[in-house]
Amino acid sequence: MNIVVCVKQIPDPAAPQSLDGSYNLNRSGKLILDEADTYGVEMALQLVDKAGSGEVTVVSMGSANDVAGLRNALAMGAAKAVIVSDDALRGTDALGTAKVLAAVIKRDAPDLILCATESSDGYTGTMPVQLAELLGLPSITFAKSIAVEGTTVKVERQTESGYDEVTTPLPALVTVTAGVVEPRYASFKGIMAAKSKPLETLTVTDLNLASETGPDGARQEIIDVVAADSRVAGEKHVDDGDGAQRIVTYLESIKVL
Amino acid sequence: MALSTIWVVLEPSSGSYTTTSLELLTHARSMATTVSGVTWGDGASLAAQAGEFGATTLYDVGDLAGGLPGAPVASAIAALMAGDRPEAILIPTSYDGRDIAGRLSARLDRPVLTNVTGLSELNGLVTEHPIFGGTQTLKARFTGEGPGIVVVRAKSFVAESAGAAPATLVSAPAGELGATGEAKISATHVEERVGPKLEEAAVVVSGGRGLGEAANYALIEQIATLLHGAPGASRAIVDAGWVPYSHQVGQTGKTVKPTVYIACGISGATQHMVGMKGAKNIVAINKDPDAPIFQIADFGIVGDALKVLPALLEALKARA
Ligand SMILES: Cc1cc2nc3c(=O)[nH]c(=O)nc-3n(C[C@H](O)[C@H](O)[C@H](O)COP(=O)(O)OP(=O)(O)OC[C@H]3O[C@@H](n4cnc5c(N)ncnc54)[C@H](O)[C@@H]3O)c2cc1C
Ligand SMILES: Nc1ncnc2c1ncn2[C@@H]1O[C@H](COP(=O)(O)O)[C@@H](O)[C@H]1O
Repeated sequence: MNIVVCVKQIPDPAAPQSLDGSYNLNRSGKLILDEADTYGVEMALQLVDKAGSGEVTVVSMGSANDVAGLRNALAMGAAKAVIVSDDALRGTDALGTAKVLAAVIKRDAPDLILCATESSDGYTGTMPVQLAELLGLPSITFAKSIAVEGTTVKVERQTESGYDEVTTPLPALVTVTAGVVEPRYASFKGIMAAKSKPLETLTVTDLNLASETGPDGARQEIIDVVAADSRVAGEKHVDDGDGAQRIVTYLESIKVL
Repeated sequence: MALSTIWVVLEPSSGSYTTTSLELLTHARSMATTVSGVTWGDGASLAAQAGEFGATTLYDVGDLAGGLPGAPVASAIAALMAGDRPEAILIPTSYDGRDIAGRLSARLDRPVLTNVTGLSELNGLVTEHPIFGGTQTLKARFTGEGPGIVVVRAKSFVAESAGAAPATLVSAPAGELGATGEAKISATHVEERVGPKLEEAAVVVSGGRGLGEAANYALIEQIATLLHGAPGASRAIVDAGWVPYSHQVGQTGKTVKPTVYIACGISGATQHMVGMKGAKNIVAINKDPDAPIFQIADFGIVGDALKVLPALLEALKARA
């Protein structure tokens, strides 16, 4: 069983974020593996392990100036990594990303493709399903558990009111939530091994997708960024044993009680 | 009113359209001359509601035979495009809504704009997106030929009946889906839930990691019940498995706009705040006086939630 996991390298979400002159998120600094994607990597490793054969490949699009995030996935246990990196890709939207990743994934024809439900920096949550459509594959989003039996994948998919059991034949694409599995930490041995694992770098020209990507391919433009209506801090009291009573009085004042 | 046609994806849920679907219909009719709905399941039974909120035509994909809506609904919409071309297709932010948007985008080769909380019309459609925890608003628009696909968050608009006649039902079959239609639902599990729905409750009492352990969430549930409200949660305790995902408030969870939101042991991460900063009043209990949640709270108590909440519960019980 061969699994491709789409992973994104992103600026540390805990660090302050800013937009550059063309309204793109500033990604010039250090990049890390999006935590949202560590669940997919772990799930893939466990599924391949259970199947008893095959390997996990991580595929990414973005800056290759820093590949620490991909090395992290390799250190967790992925066999190889592919990154499509090109200055021409700046400003590519979710659909353009899906076209690029589809071109890469087609070469491997994996049994299963895993993505996160949404990325931590872009959080459009649409790239994976666009990718599935471009590849002509079925997809199941919002998985909270995944099991493969033979050539069928069975997913518990979150819903508004609980969850559904959904099945589909392989090959297929599944997006995972943070609840799907507990990601491992890379071991020292894994980190050492990752240094010699294959990491392939491709350009948009290699994939023949120049006109579909970048700002022109995106066919959307940012007009403006303005300050939103902001709330102001109200009263704040240190609890002296009277906190609960103060809340009751406040709820009365706004007629909730 | 310069747009001619908008289509709205109407998501059925237990015998009605979801509130977000109706919010989108309501807003669409203020922007376009003609508004149509696209739905699946049993369209005939909901043509009256679709019409009442502003759709003149209701395209019905029909029964999905256990299939997930993404592929068939997108395929049906793409097929309809041959006859009628809307300037925009509005889709509710929901599990199925995002699937439909993604599939449709790839089929039509048109971009999707997501996390939209505002829509206006100025030489075409202008979308608004909250960024950086809702402190700033980004405005965008589509370029190029073809309809814009817009995925809109719940509570961005207020649903109001237009009092109009039932929509005209038009069958819109999905057509041949090949492998893309193979994902099938084999069983549905519904979590027991008492009281009002989280996204509709006038009072929301939410707990976060500051509650210390899962068992203490019972305080949140009891207080919510006594206030006739709904219990909510931060993602930290959903990920930790204390409560189901359906309780999550925030960017990846639900958007709530209650009369009062009471945040207990929640730090106020930007991703949490985008889901609740539209509340009319915000109360926060946190032991850290510098917790970001206090920057947006109308009424804050700096203290131990495990002392304040039991006392609040007793005070509310005494009044009940
Ligand atoms: C892509 C992405 C999407 C996300 N989406 C969401 C989302 O939809 N919703 C969401 O909530 N989060 C979301 N998050 C996570 C978010 O960034 C925070 O990690 C999360 O909201 C923190 O939850 P918390 O406030 O419960 O925990 P913490 O941040 O750990 O805060 C706990 C708080 O409790 C206080 N506390 C501790 N003990 C006590 C006590 N005894 N009494 C009172 N107070 C106490 C502490 O002072 C602290 O402020 C998302 C993150 C990412 C990257
Ligand atoms: N540039 C990218 N490279 C690799 N995977 C990506 C990329 N963008 C998105 N993905 C995958 O798609 C998921 C959803 O992304 P998004 O649509 O940005 O919310 C991510 O969590 C990744 O798994």
